[in-house]
Amino acid sequence: MYESDIANAEEAVKSEAKATEAVKEGEKKAEYPPAPKLTAADYPQIGGFNSRILVWIVAQLHLWFAAFVLAVPIFVLIIEAIGMATKDQRYDNMAYEFIKVSMAAYSITAIMGGLLTFSLLIFYPDLFKYLTSLFSRSMLAYAFLFFAESASLYVYYYGWHWLEGGFKKWVHLTIGLVLNFVGTVLMLFANAWVTFSMSPNGVDPGTGAFLGSEWDVIHNFLWNPLNLHRVVANIAYGGSIIGAYAAYKFLGSASKEDRAHYDWMGYTSNIIAVGGLLPLPFAGYWLVKEIYAYSQQMGITLMGGVFAWLFIMQAVLIGALFLSVNYYLWCGMGRSEGSVRYTKNIKWIAAAVVACFLVWFTPHTLVLTNQELKALGGPYHKYLGPLGIMPAKNTAVNIMIIMTFLSFTLYRRVNKIATVSWADAGSAVQAAIFAGGIGNIIFLGVYHGYFTNTAYKVASSIPQVSSTAVVIIATLIIDSMMFKGAKEVAPLRWGNVPARSQYALFTLAVSFTWLMGLMGYIRSGIRQHWHVNSIMRDNSINAFTPTIGYAAQVVTLAAVIFMAIVIFIFWLSNISSKKSAAH
Amino acid sequence: MKIFLKIVFFCILVFSGFVGFANFGIPQVKSAPPPTEEKLDLGNMTMDQFIALGDKVFNGKGTCTLCHNNVGKRAPMLDGAGEEAVANRAPLRLKDPRYKGKATTPEEYLRESMKTPSAFVVAGFGSDNDTKSPMPVVTQGSIGLSDAEVDAVIAFLQNKSGVEVTVKIPVGAPPSEKAEEAKPAEPAKTPEEVIVKFGCGACHKIGKEEGAIGPDLTHVGKSKNESYLRRAVLDPNADIAKNCPGGAPCVPGMMPPDFGAKMTGSEFEMLVQYLVKSK
Repeated sequence: MYESDIANAEEAVKSEAKATEAVKEGEKKAEYPPAPKLTAADYPQIGGFNSRILVWIVAQLHLWFAAFVLAVPIFVLIIEAIGMATKDQRYDNMAYEFIKVSMAAYSITAIMGGLLTFSLLIFYPDLFKYLTSLFSRSMLAYAFLFFAESASLYVYYYGWHWLEGGFKKWVHLTIGLVLNFVGTVLMLFANAWVTFSMSPNGVDPGTGAFLGSEWDVIHNFLWNPLNLHRVVANIAYGGSIIGAYAAYKFLGSASKEDRAHYDWMGYTSNIIAVGGLLPLPFAGYWLVKEIYAYSQQMGITLMGGVFAWLFIMQAVLIGALFLSVNYYLWCGMGRSEGSVRYTKNIKWIAAAVVACFLVWFTPHTLVLTNQELKALGGPYHKYLGPLGIMPAKNTAVNIMIIMTFLSFTLYRRVNKIATVSWADAGSAVQAAIFAGGIGNIIFLGVYHGYFTNTAYKVASSIPQVSSTAVVIIATLIIDSMMFKGAKEVAPLRWGNVPARSQYALFTLAVSFTWLMGLMGYIRSGIRQHWHVNSIMRDNSINAFTPTIGYAAQVVTLAAVIFMAIVIFIFWLSNISSKKSAAH
Repeated sequence: MKIFLKIVFFCILVFSGFVGFANFGIPQVKSAPPPTEEKLDLGNMTMDQFIALGDKVFNGKGTCTLCHNNVGKRAPMLDGAGEEAVANRAPLRLKDPRYKGKATTPEEYLRESMKTPSAFVVAGFGSDNDTKSPMPVVTQGSIGLSDAEVDAVIAFLQNKSGVEVTVKIPVGAPPSEKAEEAKPAEPAKTPEEVIVKFGCGACHKIGKEEGAIGPDLTHVGKSKNESYLRRAVLDPNADIAKNCPGGAPCVPGMMPPDFGAKMTGSEFEMLVQYLVKSK
């Protein structure tokens, strides 16, 4: 009896505590207003501007410049550290030139960021107010961090020659590290605002009212996948833009020395871009997998709905990227006369890359007439239909990556011969690894593409990626041992490349820019008529999903503005270096 | 300067290639306009109309067929025939040892499966050992069906399965907040606007629309006269076309039968005249 009384009393206390908690929770909810419900009249129309296109273009320009200025300090720091470790001044000079190019872009990034804020305030005031109410602390922190980034960047750049040699160089490297840390945190904050609109968290799912924890709002479902994707993509993108700068300078160089310098700079930039490009499809795969996990509906809208045809466009762009990278490497083989041993293989690599591109390019659903549908027996071809789905796409991208790596491997050995006694056996093992890896990737693609249900089709992805990783890592390990103390037979002559190779670098930068614009549109567009998915509806007159052609025109307009500014910056730097040389 | 211009020209050339392909190389898929809230006149609705509403919600606003279709097989089929039909399976689900819901009748089970999708997860379609369903709660978020719309979907599924329709038309249900806010849509001014407004392109190839479920209407005026076309809009099940895209026979009941009630007189006339002239 006594025990049961205590139990009842404990139960009563617990219930009371729960009730108090519930009241507190209710009060907390009441503290914060719900997400506003808007009508078309709540969106100011000013001066005939199409507010959606204006905000779209400004946001895209801000993103391109921000990606560039965030990426450059990452590899500048690495190159500077390599220069310090190897005591090779060339690396230090190149790192300095890289950061110099990004300085002009930094101020334009800030201008675009300011313009974006004003555009949102003017054209989407209620959305901006709602987001500000949720992210007030992180937005304030962002402003302070922006000052910290500016300060560290200016000290890093202007103090480059002042902080040279010995301990001072360590101080300089530390400033570079701080710069990168602050820049990355800035990007993480901005990513949280973007991903919140896709996978809102920390708000009441019914009303959108803030629940009190800003960390929950920041740490939403898609935050980390986007963080990883953007860091990797930024590096690849930064490399491609710097590559375009080197190409511009190479084409304008009159002296052999300058051509050699900018050829080397272009080559290094291309390696950085490829270094980012190779893991990028996998980071993208993780992001899309998480989109499906968060909302299958959103995932299907992305891959199987109104946006599905955009992925054919993406295939064209990725194809352009891989072909440019490979073409540049093949042209670069001409720097050494030793390349004659390998040039006969190029046509096979080219054929494989093109075949992979065609597989990626194959749509799943075909646009057919009734007669064609009857002849085909349905919208999907029995054998070619599976080329339109994920296992085939994964197979294509993995083989494309392996072929690009093969081009790089051949490029690395054009000027030398391995002298170790087991060189022939080593090459045979490498060939077997390549063949085994490609064979496994094709087997997995065919098995999952033709013989499994939809729910299991993506199961090929991880073993296929693992096969690619094994091929790359094993080849690099064997190469590093096999070419230790290798004999140089025909030295690389920097600057001895045809001008058309430099246009491959430009194609890389231009394609990357357009691809980022297109994928940015898709990421944002899959919310459809929602400012914040399922929480705050877009009721403006522009709350429709545009056709691919319309989106492509807006992306092109933005990309042309971006490239015009970038080429103008290159041109300015040319004038400034001519003036310096004259002095 | 020469190099500067050469590079600008090269960049423009590459961009033109991309934008040209995006505009002329791939089909221009036009998405449906954002859904609008419709005021349901439940008091004057017959059961057939209520079932037709369920059909419309199932294939439209509810986005059910995004996953419950025969192509992707991401989710079990619901509106097929025999055992495939969910209304036929419902009594078995209630007896299944893995069932952890509160429903006691098949109708309640269907309602529960839309509002609490993880109450029972069909083997092979869930995560965490088929205990967690990837399906969203249809009364929340971007789908946001009303209780009446959920009931209409149940009526549609029961009718499709051939079992008795047990669900009742909610009478006197208070109009939803959203419905009160909804303003009547502006009448369309051109036949193209009529086609977009009533979503004809979701199923038919017509004008700039590329629907591939119902008959191609691009040249319908060549083979059908005006009175046939009037009847086809007002009473779509009166004449069923033999062949739909893919060579499959067209299915009766696919086209909503209530366009006559929804269109204004001028919209209806504009559409009919447009179809007559589509030669």
